[in-house]
Amino acid sequence: MLSRKASKDSHGQDSSYFQGWQEYEKNSYHPIQNPMGIIQMGLAENQLSFDLLESWLRRNSNTMALKKDGVSAFKDLALFQDYHGLPAFKEALVNFMTSMRGNKIKYSSDKLVLTAGATAANEILMFCLTDPGQAFILPTPYYPGFDRDLKWRTGAEIIPMHCSSSNGFRITRCALEQAYQLGQELNLKIKGVLVTNPSNPLGTTMTKTELNHLLDFAIDKNIHIVSDEIYSGTVFDSSSTTSFTSIMEVLNERNNNNYNNIRNHVHMVYSLSKDLGLPGFRVGMIYSNNEKVIAAATKMSSFALVSSQTQFLLSNLLSDAKFIKKYMVENQRRLKRRKDMLVRGLRKAGISCLRSNAGLFCWVDMRHLLSSDSFEAEKELWKRIVCEVGLNISPGSSCHCSQPGWFRICFANISEDALHLAMHRMKAFTNSIFSVRLPIIMMRKKSF
Amino acid sequence: MRLLSRKATCNTHGQDSSYFLGWEEYEKNPYDKVKNPNGIIQMGLAENQLSFDLLESWLAKNPDVSGFKRDGKSIFRELALFQDYHGLPLFKKALVDFMAEIRGNKVTFDPNHMVLTAGATSANETLMFCVAEEGDAFLLPTPYYPGFDRDLKWRTGVEIVPIQCTSSNNFRITESALEQAYQDARKRNLRVKGVLVTNPSNPLGTTLSRNEFDLLVDFIKDKETMHLISDEIYSGTVFSSPSFVSVMEILKEMTPNDAAKIWNRVHVVYSLSKDLGLPGFRVGAIYSENDAVVAAATKMSSFGLVSSQTQYLLAAMLSDNKFTKKYISENQKRLRRRQRMLVTGLQKAGIKCLKSNAGLFCWVDMRHLLCSNTFEAEMELWKKIVYQVGLNISPGSSCHCSEPGWFRVCFANMSQDTLNVAMKRVKNFVTDSTGAECGSSSACFTKSFSNWVFRLSSRDHRAPEER
Repeated sequence: MLSRKASKDSHGQDSSYFQGWQEYEKNSYHPIQNPMGIIQMGLAENQLSFDLLESWLRRNSNTMALKKDGVSAFKDLALFQDYHGLPAFKEALVNFMTSMRGNKIKYSSDKLVLTAGATAANEILMFCLTDPGQAFILPTPYYPGFDRDLKWRTGAEIIPMHCSSSNGFRITRCALEQAYQLGQELNLKIKGVLVTNPSNPLGTTMTKTELNHLLDFAIDKNIHIVSDEIYSGTVFDSSSTTSFTSIMEVLNERNNNNYNNIRNHVHMVYSLSKDLGLPGFRVGMIYSNNEKVIAAATKMSSFALVSSQTQFLLSNLLSDAKFIKKYMVENQRRLKRRKDMLVRGLRKAGISCLRSNAGLFCWVDMRHLLSSDSFEAEKELWKRIVCEVGLNISPGSSCHCSQPGWFRICFANISEDALHLAMHRMKAFTNSIFSVRLPIIMMRKKSF
Repeated sequence: MRLLSRKATCNTHGQDSSYFLGWEEYEKNPYDKVKNPNGIIQMGLAENQLSFDLLESWLAKNPDVSGFKRDGKSIFRELALFQDYHGLPLFKKALVDFMAEIRGNKVTFDPNHMVLTAGATSANETLMFCVAEEGDAFLLPTPYYPGFDRDLKWRTGVEIVPIQCTSSNNFRITESALEQAYQDARKRNLRVKGVLVTNPSNPLGTTLSRNEFDLLVDFIKDKETMHLISDEIYSGTVFSSPSFVSVMEILKEMTPNDAAKIWNRVHVVYSLSKDLGLPGFRVGAIYSENDAVVAAATKMSSFGLVSSQTQYLLAAMLSDNKFTKKYISENQKRLRRRQRMLVTGLQKAGIKCLKSNAGLFCWVDMRHLLCSNTFEAEMELWKKIVYQVGLNISPGSSCHCSEPGWFRVCFANMSQDTLNVAMKRVKNFVTDSTGAECGSSSACFTKSFSNWVFRLSSRDHRAPEER
């Protein structure tokens, strides 16, 4: 009676990524009401800088009342459903992106398509770039939501490109070729590569070398690149070696090569959900030099327009350049501090993290805590951490990591106190493992 | 290998139809009482602009709501983080209550059976994804909203097969038309997954009769895989009798035996874009008793969630029962007045409308102004009306009407003065053109039109989203 899409679990929502949530929902930590409850560390939200936004809102209450220069914009906004987006908002967005990325490229609003969140943006790009059954290569580990966002209704396939801890999970030309080969063997037409930069769940930014490998590969195979840069504003460590470089910047540096079509093959996704911490407002976007993609994506955005009320509010917020600059600097400072807290806390528990410079999470190495080098052992460990230690973290397998034992732990969605408590609990947990390791392993096998 | 997908490069988005082309002309030369009194008056936009003052006055009395405050405290943070695809509970409750109110409280809705989406555009597409496979077909009575060609077919791969309705019985759905459509689909080797009706109808402005409901229910009752989707986006715009009957009411009135056969194959689509006149806020909803549909549609709504900022604002507004009652009744009064104005104005020009009791437009009979009973003649007449008379109205062919000569003319998206100007222009046009125009000017119009069409089809249209 219903479609296959509606009946199957191709929405991908049965993975452990979501199961941990359910446990958390049943027994959520609260400092007073439920201090023994599960602490949510599986949610990549940025809750660190709301006070800054709230103070701006207090100073600009007219914006919330949909007034501009004392005049009500309510009627115009209520009627505004043009899929080209509110011009003032798009201008503010491209200016924001330009300055946020160090003014290395000037972004222009006619290459921008607004969508209700990056979730919609990514799906729309797939609809534009692939026919059902065609594939995109994604480096692992990747955001579990992609299995739904990229594949479910589009019929597209994902070919994982397995990255490994041996080189810090970096993308290599060799791994790209292997993934492409795999696609050939599976008889799947590969239309492109999708990367998340900065990476979720790794928290690292792609180096210029990696980006250039990617471009070379895309030129060679005549395929697309989609760069999901949703975390680009969360880069908190910007030395010359670790600052953020957008794919658009590297593409720009190749401008003189006109005998390939690469300029038309590179597309970027962005959103305000992570940098500004506004996932509820549903603001995402596609950026591309390809006019046909922009034209098609614009029409498709009809299915996912951004509320004009929200466009108006945020266009005013983002246009306040002085405020935004201050916000970004302070936000990044707070993110760095939190990340350092997490890294230190884990180190005290004898656990190391992948060295990272961005994101709202760390990629944590718990391989030494596994009872065996297997995904079953990873699942066991994960269950213990959720149920015994009381931390909802995301197991690497839910991110399609090829090596067991890695976990994503978020640090920006809880209070500082909760983070301290979480670290305390981890230390107690690892202490107990290391001091009585053998008997614990035998006990564990029994209870599960 | 093709660079882009077929979906990106085909024309199934349907935006090359005249429905959108008229817009371009309007955009180049829009009427303004002072700055451009000879410009084109926009009568192709089904927007409700009559009752903003009521909304604005409510907002002025409730400033805290836009200020992200509840009981004096800031809830900005909560809202900023709220992206649960189950929707803001307060908002869903307020919305179902509002929907019940519109239906005279003859039916009630359970918020747990409602899925919020970014507009009815998203709701309709999502329902297609849930109940049909690529290549399946849905039957739609003609004339229908041109946007359906994109919304229902484009990315889903679903086909639309028309149920041809005619003026001979005021465009009511008949059993034979339904059967014919079903057979047409079978001949094309299409599996029919159901029927989608818009009630009240766009572009007719009429509500479905109980007889039509009986036909529809009979049609799907024993075909166990068939669905009935009722797009009730205009339900709050019913301004005169017969009163609005929702498909949910029909279900409620059925015998338990009969209801049992179809209750989980009937789905309703709603939106605040027409009743409240808030298309920019992107608020749509799917309502269904079918848990599997609700579950799947809920997950799919991830691709088109309603901004939490907007959910909160409207939750407060729609929870104010005193306000909503007043609004619904006053809004309907104003719509009725406006429709009367349009009907009378056209009458004075010797033009009749289909008798209607809802909507933001009239379905206007201009067959007697056609040079011949053909769609070419309809296009000619339409061009004249756009260029000579200066009114952007929608030709029936863009709504897939099977008979030439009908046009949809909107009445709620402009001021009363502007409507008067439009009526004067129509009267003058009819009085001046006594049939001598046929053939002579059509050639020059065809020339300018074809260049224009050529230009348009090769680039993006600035067409706003509307019905």
